[in-house]
Amino acid sequence: MATYSTNEFRSGLKLLLDGDPYTIIENEFVKPGKGQAFNRVKLRNLKTGRVLEKTFKSGESVEAADVMERDMEYLYTDGEFYHFMDPNSYEQFEAPASAVGDNAKWLKEQDTCTVVLWNNVPLIVEPPNFVELKIVETDPGVRGDTSGGGGKPATLETGAVVRVPLFVPEGEVIKVDTRSGEYVGRVKS
Amino acid sequence: MRQDFGSVRPAAFSRAFLYRTIRDFFAARDVVEVETPVLSSAGNTDPQLESFRTDGQPPAWLRTSPEFFHKRLLAQHGFDLFEIGKAFRQGESSTRHNPEFSLLEWYRLGFTMTALMQEVEQLLQTVYAAFRKNLQPPQFFRYGEVFAEHTGLSPFTASLAHLQAACRSAGYSGQALERDHCLDLLFSLQVQPQLPQDCAVFVSHYPASQAALAQLDPENNQQALRFECFVDGLELANGYQELTDPAEQLRRFEADASTRQRNGLVSVPPDEKFLAALHHGLPACSGVALGLDRLLMLVTGAASIDEVLWFSWADS
Repeated sequence: MATYSTNEFRSGLKLLLDGDPYTIIENEFVKPGKGQAFNRVKLRNLKTGRVLEKTFKSGESVEAADVMERDMEYLYTDGEFYHFMDPNSYEQFEAPASAVGDNAKWLKEQDTCTVVLWNNVPLIVEPPNFVELKIVETDPGVRGDTSGGGGKPATLETGAVVRVPLFVPEGEVIKVDTRSGEYVGRVKS
Repeated sequence: MRQDFGSVRPAAFSRAFLYRTIRDFFAARDVVEVETPVLSSAGNTDPQLESFRTDGQPPAWLRTSPEFFHKRLLAQHGFDLFEIGKAFRQGESSTRHNPEFSLLEWYRLGFTMTALMQEVEQLLQTVYAAFRKNLQPPQFFRYGEVFAEHTGLSPFTASLAHLQAACRSAGYSGQALERDHCLDLLFSLQVQPQLPQDCAVFVSHYPASQAALAQLDPENNQQALRFECFVDGLELANGYQELTDPAEQLRRFEADASTRQRNGLVSVPPDEKFLAALHHGLPACSGVALGLDRLLMLVTGAASIDEVLWFSWADS
């Protein structure tokens, strides 16, 4: 069982608490001049995303969570699992829908995603910051209207719906920022 | 003419001005500046402080405070004294701690704890005025009352189980804490951040178990004549109406040694020269240590101790 002492605490360190994996967001050393030292830590639960604060006695050790991030290629979904491959080892991983969550709408086959593995099982799947996806359905725009104000909804090949400027037609490939879900621009083919 | 250094970076300019202000303050009061050894043949037994020990033969310790030397001077020569100097505490590093830091320590013969708290307040007012900053009038609390106000528990009578449960509720994670550690955690997380701002806050009459080198209160031996001063949530100073009884001092050293042994800490022999000075006779006095880096942070508005140091610990 790997452990970390409080004096190794730093942001990004992964800990196992009550059976759940956490990442340290902030670590504060608290010590009264003549008193016991503590580490006050802000943590994010990697399963639920919830943030909480915990305090540890300085010098104590806390179990490490076997969590690592790897870039992987998205292969396909069989409806139940999302399949990924490590491009270096060719090792394949099955991510449950819970690990992918809302990000499923950005996943396009052969795109490179960041997969957070916990005990070698995908825990979180992060899509690339920018994806290029084809518009499969949108209302015809008004020719000549290039103002971009307002825009219209467009359904993309992965099922995501984003607002695009009025002049962008069906069949076009666009670039989207997956963090905000916003249209960035057209991709020149 | 004094200039406003308060807003100037680097902060070393402010530091020189701060020290000049402090030296003027004590010169006007006939308190003599001394310079005592940073490297000592004796360490500090306090289980909450980890000294740096040198490799040389015989081994020596970097002081965690100059207090033992000061009390030896008081016992031998009996004059009011102060020192501005470095102190060292291993493992203490944060936005408000540096393992090497600057301390102002002073002793006043015949002063009670109350008189010394007032002098700390006068010094702070003088420093704030020199930096053209305003400090509201001080507020005084007893440890027991301020602790109860913010935690709902009495530090003197609450059961250990209640204190431990309160620590869990405050987010403590780990093995059950002993009584004093519960008090430290609750005070640090729930009391200290709630103390009034923009003024010096004096908290006095700490539990006897946290007396350190203070006398017990003759009116109530559950409490010690120890105080701390906080400004804007920062712990700035720690003072005592000094323990002068060598037998009681020896008992506390022995208690420290057994705590160290129980917790698997380095064993530190008590300072025999300091004990000898107590036998010779320490006059009735009160003394206080004040963190100068933190005072500089307050008057310059620095958010981190690194901002008031020429070289941060990471860069040293």
